[in-house]
Amino acid sequence: MIKNLLIIFCCLFSGDLISFLLKIPIPGNVIGMVLLVLALQFKWVKLEDVKPAADILVKNLAFLFVPPGVGMILYFDLIAEELIPISVSLLVSSLIMLAVVGLVQQKLEKKGA
Amino acid sequence: MITFAVFFLSQKLYSRFKFFFFNPVLVTISTLILFLKLSEIPYQEYFEGGKMISFFLGPSVVALGVPLYLQLEEIKKRGKSILLSLVLGSVLGIVSVVGIASLLGASKKVIFSLAPKAVTTPIAMGITEKLGGILPLTAALVITTGILGAVLGPSFLRLLKIKSPIAFGLAMGAASHGIGTARAAEEGELQGAISGLALCLNGIITAILMPFVMDWMSFLGFF
Repeated sequence: MIKNLLIIFCCLFSGDLISFLLKIPIPGNVIGMVLLVLALQFKWVKLEDVKPAADILVKNLAFLFVPPGVGMILYFDLIAEELIPISVSLLVSSLIMLAVVGLVQQKLEKKGA
Repeated sequence: MITFAVFFLSQKLYSRFKFFFFNPVLVTISTLILFLKLSEIPYQEYFEGGKMISFFLGPSVVALGVPLYLQLEEIKKRGKSILLSLVLGSVLGIVSVVGIASLLGASKKVIFSLAPKAVTTPIAMGITEKLGGILPLTAALVITTGILGAVLGPSFLRLLKIKSPIAFGLAMGAASHGIGTARAAEEGELQGAISGLALCLNGIITAILMPFVMDWMSFLGFF
């Protein structure tokens, strides 16, 4: 388990370092994820050396955003003030995304792509 | 101390409310907010305890690399169509949420917090931090988006005559990340797997495209 976590944190810190040094506007954690995929693909890291810890982390992913979610308590006034732009944009944009991704994918599949 | 109480509470609530309308995250957050309001504990004090949990956000995103690696073959097979759908969806998603919010008079800080709304929370947090939005607000908006998609998505997709299971899963995962993926998995194994893949890829694609899309929109005078 310690080895698992060490590998994951190594990817995370390398990702953070790359994001910081190259000043690319991609979060370090995303770069870390890509680094992990590359490491697995090129067999630098064995799957069984990361999978147990990764499974636990991914399974509990939802709970990790409880504390920051509770933080909205500090922004109740702001949310109330801009309730209309926030709710309309979220709703319409979500429907647009569902429609675009679903329809484009289905069309392309029919063409055999 | 509070950390453990919160975690225990979360798990208890999760096993109690499996029904997706009572989304465990939503229930836990609402309960905790109510608790903090009633007990008059300031958020800062609670967050000291919550720090340990938030600390794991970074490694959890990295850990998403494992399911992504495991599905690499499936991605390669349908690679082109999946990539094209997700890139189009991601760009139009950002443009529509930012455009509508801006036209309806949202402030800059709120617009920056809304922009990554369709992306899984830990990645969305990273994106918002880079843009200069408000982190807890983003978390709240991302969760709201997830619940919207999980509740409305399936009937909306049926209305559009989406019959392909891959298209269904991809749309759910792209538009409403983890919460949508949980809902998509109820439809079938393939829908769930593809939705998980979509949430991973959409996170990466959105993180990469966000600065460029925001630059264009800023150039066009949206904010």
